[in-house]
Parts: sequence; C-alpha cells; structure tokens
Amino acid sequence: MSGTFVGMPAFPKAAHEAVHDQTLRGNLRHATHTIRAKRANAVAEVSDWAQLREAGKRIKDHTLRHLDRYLVQLEEAVTAAGGTVHWAADADEANRIVADLVKATGESEVVKVKSMATQEIGLNEALEAEGIRAYETDLAELIVQLGKDRPSHILVPAIHRNRAEIRDIFEREMSEWGRPAPEGLTDTPAELAEAARLHLREKFLRAKVGISGANFMVAETGTLVVVESEGNGRMCLTLPETLISVVGIEKIVPTWRDLEVFLQTLPRSSTAERMNPYTSMWTGTTDSETADGPQDFHLVLLDNGRTDTLADEVGRQALRCIRCSACLNVCPVYERAGGHAYGSVYPGPIGAILSPQLRGVASEIDASLPYASSLCGACYEVCPVAIDIPEVLVHLRERVVQGGQVTARGNKVVLKPAKGHAAERAAMRAARWAFSHPGALRTGQRLASRTRRLHPRSLPGPGKAWSDSRDLPTVPAEPFRDWWQRTQGAKDGAK
Amino acid sequence: MSSRDRILGRVRRALADVAAERQDDTPYEQAVPRDYLREHGERSVAETVDLLAENLADYRAVVHRCTAADLPATIAGMLAARGAKTVLVPPGLEPEWLSAADAERIPDRTESTPDELDRIDSVVTACAVAVAETGTLVLDGSADQGRRRITLVPDHHICVVRVPEQVVSSVPQALERLDPARPLTWISGPSATSDIELDRVEGVHGPRTLEVVLVD
Repeated sequence: MSGTFVGMPAFPKAAHEAVHDQTLRGNLRHATHTIRAKRANAVAEVSDWAQLREAGKRIKDHTLRHLDRYLVQLEEAVTAAGGTVHWAADADEANRIVADLVKATGESEVVKVKSMATQEIGLNEALEAEGIRAYETDLAELIVQLGKDRPSHILVPAIHRNRAEIRDIFEREMSEWGRPAPEGLTDTPAELAEAARLHLREKFLRAKVGISGANFMVAETGTLVVVESEGNGRMCLTLPETLISVVGIEKIVPTWRDLEVFLQTLPRSSTAERMNPYTSMWTGTTDSETADGPQDFHLVLLDNGRTDTLADEVGRQALRCIRCSACLNVCPVYERAGGHAYGSVYPGPIGAILSPQLRGVASEIDASLPYASSLCGACYEVCPVAIDIPEVLVHLRERVVQGGQVTARGNKVVLKPAKGHAAERAAMRAARWAFSHPGALRTGQRLASRTRRLHPRSLPGPGKAWSDSRDLPTVPAEPFRDWWQRTQGAKDGAK
Repeated sequence: MSSRDRILGRVRRALADVAAERQDDTPYEQAVPRDYLREHGERSVAETVDLLAENLADYRAVVHRCTAADLPATIAGMLAARGAKTVLVPPGLEPEWLSAADAERIPDRTESTPDELDRIDSVVTACAVAVAETGTLVLDGSADQGRRRITLVPDHHICVVRVPEQVVSSVPQALERLDPARPLTWISGPSATSDIELDRVEGVHGPRTLEVVLVD
C-alpha cells in the first residue's frame, strides 16, 4: 500500500473497494462499536455535559474571531518563557523550518509524538528527503510506519489492522528500523505492546531532538499541552535537548482556565476515559539548572489552509475541532468505508468537511468528500465542541456544484462548478425555466401524461447509475392542475 | 512580507464579516458562559478521598492507605515486594519516607543520563495535587517530585499523596491550584494503550506499575 494520499481516487470508488474488504469491515465494526458504548458511559458520568459542550464551543468561537490578537499574545508569552516562535504559511515552509532546525542541531534522526499537523504537512517524507530519519513512537503510528501504510483514524491510526496483522508487521519489519521483534512473538496485545516498548526505548534514550504537535496552546501563559496515553509523548517532550512543536494556529485557547473545559471533554470524547493516562504541559524552556525538559524549544505556527477556512462564514466552525475522533466512531459511512477512502489524514465526518476546506475542492477526491455522508447527524450529536458537520457538508456540496467565491491561499477567487455535476446542473436549469413558464409546464405535463406508457424504467446516460437502485416515479394519468380544474374548478367558479 | 505578517493579514481579512463583533471590548471573562459545574456531586472530604482511591484503582493503579507513622514501613514493603534493589530519590523528598527501605537510594542528579535512569528499579515521589473525579495525580516538578523524567523512565513509580489536603474533587479545582509556569505532568494510572483493536493494555513506555500511597 502506498504511503501517500496523492492521486487517491474519489471517495465513491475508494469506498466501493473498501466495503468489499471483509477483514477491514470486521476490524472497524468491532473497534467503533466498542468505543461508542464506552464513550456514552464516560459522558453520562458528567451531568453538566451540555454546559461543557457549549462552553467549549464558545471558547473556540471567541478565539477564532480574535485569532490575530491571541496569536500575537501567544507569541509574546512563548518568547518570554524562552521559546522561539516560527510562522509557516504552508506545508513546504513548515517542513523547511523544521528540517533547518534539525540540521542546526547536527542530528540526523528525531523521535516523534503522534501529531495530526505533521501528518498533514508530510513532515516525515520531507525530512527523509533531507537525510533525516523520523521515528514514530506512538504504538499505532509505529504500526503504520513499519507497515508502510497510511493512517486511517485520527486517534487510532492503525484501527484497520487486527492483532494478527500487527504481529506479522512487527515480525517482518522491526529489524529494518532497529531492535527486532522478540522471538516467538504472539498476537496478544500485551506482548505486542512489550515488543514496541523494547523497540522504541533504545530510540528514546539516545534521541537529541523531539518533534511534536500540541492539543492546546494557552495564549495567556504560553503553555503547550499534549494529551496522550502511552508515555511516548512524555519521552519525546522530556528527554531530548531540542523540542520542535508544529501546531495549527487554531489550537489556541485564551486562558489557563479554559483548559478546565477541554480536559474534561477531550478524554471522554476520544478514548472514552475519565482522563487519559498522561498529560504534559510545558511553558517555554526550563532553566539549565534543573534541565527538566528541552533546553531549546521551537514552536512552528502552521496556517496551511486554516485562514482560508476561517474566511468561510459557514465552514469556519470546522476549526473548533479538538481532534477527539468521536465523530468517526459513530459514523455509519466511516464504519463501512474505513479511513483510507477519505484520501486525507483527516478521515470520517470531520475529514469530509476539513480536507476540502484546507485543500480546496479542485481535486476529484476533495470534491467528492462533501458527499461522503448520509447526513444522519450522529457526528453533530457527539461533537464536544458542537460542530454542525451536516450543515457544513451541505454548504460544501453547494460549493462543489455551483462554485462561487472562496478564499484560496489568502486571495479571494471565484471557483468554477466542479466537473461531473453538469447533468444535475442542466436538469436544475431546465426545471427553473419550466417552473417560470407556466404555459410550457402545462404543455409538458400533459405530454408526459399522454406518453406515460412509453417511459423507460431507468434513466439513460449519466442518470443510469442513480436509477439502477431506485424506482423512477410514475407519471400520473392526468396532471394535478388538470385534475383540480376538472373536479374543483366548477365549484370555484360558482362561488 | 514575512509569513507572520502574511498569516496575521489573512486572519484579519478572513474576519471582515465580524468586524463589529471584533470592536466589542467585553472582557474575556464575560464572553463565555461558565455555567458548568465546579465539581460533580456533593461529597464529604472523606468521600472525595474514597472516590480518588476508587478511580485510581479503576485505571489499574495500585492504591495503599496508611498513616504518616506507617509510611516508611509501607514504602519499604512495596519496594521489597517488587524486589527493587535501587530507588531513585528526588532532591526534596522527605528523608523519613525511605528510612525503612533496604533498596539503595540513588539521588537524581542533573547529569544523570536516560540510560542511567533506565537501570533504576523504582522511584518514589510526592505530588502537587490529586483529582478525585478523574483519578489523576499532578506533578509540578517541585523538589519532592523531581524532574519529569524520573517518574517516566523507571518502570515502577510510587507516588505519595497527603490526604486530604492535596486532594481536590475536580479538574477545574486542580487547575486553580497549579502554576502554569512549572513543567506539569498529569498521571492517571500507569502507561496504557488502546491501539490494538481498541483493547486497553497497560504498560507501554511509561512506568508499567503505578503505586499510590494515600497518607492520612
């Protein structure tokens, strides 16, 4: 399987293939149903969930609406605490900044905490091109990296793999990257975790440079927060001398106190726990006397389509996302199609609205994503920051079909309607014309009624696929208006 | 134009539709409703401590309770039960706590390498605050807790919580007590992963055994 998303087929084709993969469907069904039930319990423990959700939504909205102010405040606070802030307008710039920072340390390998932002910009591949090897240290990311695979879930990137597949990957690939898998490795999760522990520990202990993202950045104090379970995050954030954190500009919260909302809603929404095993918070660098953490800290603030998303009045709410992945686990489409079909590091419902906004809808896959949903609304129900995903999906569908004004790389541009919707647009235009010309409509309806026995059972041309699985409506023997005229018209006339 | 100016400029242009709202200078404290709870449910102090013990155990921490007088013997017993030959000691730990232990005491030094830490069997620390509703210990790098790495690399962590004064009910109450300028580590049970079929497995990279002593 290719490690890249470039050239992915559009969602319908990728999903069509995925739903025929029995192992994948089994793995996904088991995983999503397990976590769904657990999450509901974890949420039920907190009686003020609705209030926490509303507060989370309002904090994020307020921050986004004053994002320039909070970014500057954060920059000042991080700098005052001894860190260095870099700004990256796009993926290339962020990758260049990170590669240069790593080269400046003289190191040629780095350890990484799982991070969506660095996945999004393809940092590992960019570093490899510069001769720097990046080791993923999260267990699931390790499975993906060793399997030369792509992540398929925000929280559990290897959710599409079962334990037997993981065992095979470890046995086959670990020796290529360092310590080989232990002899006689079985597929019990405890043994697999132990193999990962031994394999990665030697890398942690020698690493001089760590790379992370962050779940939150506090503008007021300059504090960064990473929420995790395994301790690989703590290893990467604590042991290396240099820490480089690549963080999307939407991850800001204004004050320290705001964390009280998200530290309650994030763990319960993502892993369905009261609290995740480990949370690390760091503010700039620590003094060399205690050396408790990195001596050198770099924060790379990433735009890469986020300001374009912010410019969309309906779609900007996607930037509230705290990457909990609750929406993936409840989505009937994700459960069957799997994460790879979305052709992005952000799969599932949130990916279906985030990717086409961050990347634009010019490509076939991005234009297809707003349709990768049944609009059932379960994603909106579980979202801890109340992103109305169905609303944004419908909004993006309109953009795909009709085009219109959007912001791309900071500039306002007029988007052309996407290809492949020509028949739909022609039909709508014809309908508009007919409804505004009553005489023609009446003639057309009478003609349709009279020829009803000759109508085909399925549509020709582009409509064929649609009518393969649906019955076409039958045309009545007499148009409604004629019937009304015949049965009620006389009475109306008599009044 | 620098990327900083470019990004800030894009943000400002993107928000042209909310220009009026951006003029509004309501202080942030009033901009967001905070009608969620400060703690969940009514509990006595003793019940809060019980809840802490229950939630710690629920996430596979081993919980012990003892009096201050029994603490040295309790810690010595835990170390002996594990067969720990060496125990890492943060600089400000109460010397009394380890007075009964047989294990060799290794003081943490700035120059200790990760490899040296990896060879030590156990570590004993205090904590800054413990959160009952979530079963969480928070360490803030004070002298009796030491550097973040010492509770990370050794495979066995014993953490002492003074009850009830270090125990709060909830996450909001914990944040109030903490200083963001300090390096903070929140710990809820031992290292765990759910990455294999979403089955929770304890013990990946952090300490695989977390023992908590609640001292009255």
